[in-house]
Amino acid sequence: MADAGEPEGPERKDDIVKAKQEGKELTKEEKQRLRKEKKQQKKSKEKKDDKPSRDSEKEKKPASAASPAPQTPTQPPAQKAPSAAPAPVPVPASETPSAADKPAKSKAELKAERRARQEAERASKGKKGDVGPQAAPGKPKAPPSELQPVVKRLPEHVQVDNPEVLKKLAKKLERQQTPEYNAATKVKIPLRSDYGYKVSLFSHLHQYSRKAPLTQQLGIPSTVIHPAIVRLGLQYSQGIVAGSNARSVALLHAFKQVIRDYTTPPNEELSRDLVNRLKPYISFLNQCRPLSASMGNAIKYIKKEISNIPSQCKEEEAKRKLLNCIDCYINEKIVLAAKAIAKYSIEKISDGDVILVYGCSSLVNHILCEAFEKNRKFRVIVVDSRPRLEGREALRRLVQKGINCTYVLISAVSYILPEVSKVFLGAHALLANGYVMSRVGTSQIALVAKAFNVPVLVCCETYKFCERVQTDSFVSNELDDPDDLIVTRTGTTQLEHWQEVPSLGLLNLVYDVTPPDFVDLVITDLGMIPCTSVPVVLRVKNVDQ
Amino acid sequence: MELQAVLMAAGGGSRMTDLTYNTPKAMLPVGNKPLMWYPLNLLERMGFEEVIVITTKEVQKMMSTDPKMKLDVKMKLDVVCIQEDGDMGTADALRHIQQKIKTDILVVSCDLITDVALHEVVDLFRAHNATLAMLMSKAHEFTETVPGQKGKKKTAEQRDFVGVDQSGKRLLFMANEADLEDGLSIRKSIMRKHPRMHIKTGLVDAHLYCLKKAVVDFLADNKSISSIRGELVPYLVRKQFSKTTNCPKIKDDAEDQNQKKNDGSTNHELLISSRDEPLLQLAQDRSCWNDHRGDMSEAYHGGKLRCYVHIMDEGPCYRVNTLAAYIEANRLAPKLFEEVPVHPSAVISERCQMGSDSYIGAMCQIADKTSIKRSTIGNSTTVKEKVKVANSIIMHGVTIEEGCNIQGSVICSNAVIGRGADLKYCLVGNGQQIEPEAERTNEVIVGADQLMEI
Repeated sequence: MADAGEPEGPERKDDIVKAKQEGKELTKEEKQRLRKEKKQQKKSKEKKDDKPSRDSEKEKKPASAASPAPQTPTQPPAQKAPSAAPAPVPVPASETPSAADKPAKSKAELKAERRARQEAERASKGKKGDVGPQAAPGKPKAPPSELQPVVKRLPEHVQVDNPEVLKKLAKKLERQQTPEYNAATKVKIPLRSDYGYKVSLFSHLHQYSRKAPLTQQLGIPSTVIHPAIVRLGLQYSQGIVAGSNARSVALLHAFKQVIRDYTTPPNEELSRDLVNRLKPYISFLNQCRPLSASMGNAIKYIKKEISNIPSQCKEEEAKRKLLNCIDCYINEKIVLAAKAIAKYSIEKISDGDVILVYGCSSLVNHILCEAFEKNRKFRVIVVDSRPRLEGREALRRLVQKGINCTYVLISAVSYILPEVSKVFLGAHALLANGYVMSRVGTSQIALVAKAFNVPVLVCCETYKFCERVQTDSFVSNELDDPDDLIVTRTGTTQLEHWQEVPSLGLLNLVYDVTPPDFVDLVITDLGMIPCTSVPVVLRVKNVDQ
Repeated sequence: MELQAVLMAAGGGSRMTDLTYNTPKAMLPVGNKPLMWYPLNLLERMGFEEVIVITTKEVQKMMSTDPKMKLDVKMKLDVVCIQEDGDMGTADALRHIQQKIKTDILVVSCDLITDVALHEVVDLFRAHNATLAMLMSKAHEFTETVPGQKGKKKTAEQRDFVGVDQSGKRLLFMANEADLEDGLSIRKSIMRKHPRMHIKTGLVDAHLYCLKKAVVDFLADNKSISSIRGELVPYLVRKQFSKTTNCPKIKDDAEDQNQKKNDGSTNHELLISSRDEPLLQLAQDRSCWNDHRGDMSEAYHGGKLRCYVHIMDEGPCYRVNTLAAYIEANRLAPKLFEEVPVHPSAVISERCQMGSDSYIGAMCQIADKTSIKRSTIGNSTTVKEKVKVANSIIMHGVTIEEGCNIQGSVICSNAVIGRGADLKYCLVGNGQQIEPEAERTNEVIVGADQLMEI
């Protein structure tokens, strides 16, 4: 029925338009598939033939999707079936696939049923019918039903606007209580509540207020959570420890104290019990501030080391070994890596260079200070942006050393770039598809530098390499306190009552993602590699371990 | 364990001797609960499970017999008795219990009534790794008339000058008016580091301090400091900016030994460093955070000793150490804790007029035709017929005969007010007897033995 085909076409177009507007990039594959589908729709006169087949295919697909295959780049090529839909949203590898699995399966069945009902309605010239959003991830994530019969497993931290997921998170936190300290009173790790109106594009992320710390809900002499971890969580949420290297080092320092104060309960093994003890601490820290990629890797390393402790090992010796491991990790991956990167970078800095840096990256500052000590003649332009204004701290450290510096805000970057000979950027994480995740504003700098043909060098230690894949900054990001935006330099707050204005939303993003086309070179402790070689490094690291 | 709570309940109440010559200050009834119940309740609500209570033997005896203390306080109280001669200051008391102290401490005074969110103070202590974090509050005006005051009494209280930095959290300067003879002098080094300082005078020190364990160890070696409020806190605040504590170099042991002999006090705070000091230093170096801007120095100006203060803008915070404060507290404390106005065991006759903001204690007997407005009546008190009680505080075991008229007064325990007495703005001491048909206004009626106390 041709007319039945029509309402579908515009619907799908709407979905595509919606998807485009909401900023997802449709890759070439997806566009091809869309075209194929449209052709099929126009050709097929009997939709009912398609529908049962599509339904059955869709039911098969969720079954196959449910089988663990978290790397989405492998999924779309695998599903080249005619009415198959691509997954336009690359799914970051979730750490808890099992939890999201169950809703995925039931979603698939629900979807199949609903689709059948919809076709029936449409056949009888019913209304438009709901396309996509069920209990599942909110609008920007809702796979338009026609395009995406494949159900994705989204990690829970990007499903904040889904009440079921929040309930599950609350239950998980309850289950993670530590019972030993006070058997009588099992205190839970509280759930931190979101603050303020969230811009709809980012409503799937958490947004906390700095004025409502998590410690409000904990008892004061914190017995449930080790005091070092409470202190660390506070320092994270107040921004006293900021920057991925600093956060990792502080995390490992706190873990050292935890390990020192740990005693194995009777009938338990250190290798298993200690890992379980660390779990609630990690959820606590995650609530205070979402974990960074470097912290994630450090935690993985520690957990592996703890589980590898042989059971015959005595507690004292095991603890000593673990403390030693932590020290080695910090020494190798952070301190020595910084030295190696500085050595490589200094080769790239020549006399008379004008180097542009953005924000305050501890690694880039280290490199520049080392280069200055080795008597290279260069000057630095520090680019800064609101609301964090981290560039001031970078400026202070460089000027203290004696380096010639200029300071501009990011709005002036295109005016200052003609003077610049190189751009050095720091990274928060390097993703598996070669994208660089860094402070918001970095991709802008890289873009403008590319336009001016200025080489962009990213400096990143290998322990920040991450197996996630992201092509945009929306899927997985961090929302900072929106109240930071309302205070200007002079201290005035015109927007003090922004919450009362219904049409106003404040967005304070922390990270953004730079495509590899804009990055010329990545300097790591393993050497100088192009951006696209990151998966190779990851593979080599995995083989080593 | 993170924090150990220490409650200082050995104070003598030197500024309200009329009330305290028979009842120790810690057990004075406020809203029919002993005064020390309030800080204990605060600690309990915050999640503490054990408290070290430093007090006198008398108070300990009274605590064990008081029903309120036994039933309501579920925490484990570790009572340490000290001598009653009153020579021991708060710092001396801390030195006395040094052996019991294993971690950082939270020192509270027994006369503090507040509902502050303690996490604000403790968060400052934790997040900035501070040596001292304290609580202060904007002083409230006392509106009630105080019995026994002749005319408008200008508070001759010594003012405190408190200097905070721009954020209002870091404590830069603390001195009492009594210590400043010529004027307020501020060191140039402080001004250079913190060019903007706010000096406040209208603040009440709540006597709630979070102190690092190293400070207690320091006290053990420096026996000259005897009061936390008067000597230790100003000393720590001054020490933040002293030259020796600002040297960031890590000294080795030999040097430490020598310096200890020369100047025993300055190095103890330096030794507060944790065992992984280099790691902490590395984290701080790599972190892009600074607590101030505008000059070339690193976070905290490289200082290891930091003092922080949390200033409460709103919300009740009272230190019950004067008569005026005591009366004010009696007005407001029951409202804070949603006290049941009439204790279930009190016997009140039906023709009694009771205002809604009056509180009747246990086992009271109120007879007919009495009118009780805005008053607090203690346990086991007998009020006979035709008595009017307004704006007063009546403690335990008092007998009020018929036809009395009591206004704005404080009647201490076990007093007997004779028939038809008319008391306005009086303070009747412990166990006193007012003869019938007496008319007293604005007087303090105490026993003869008490008059000689100074």
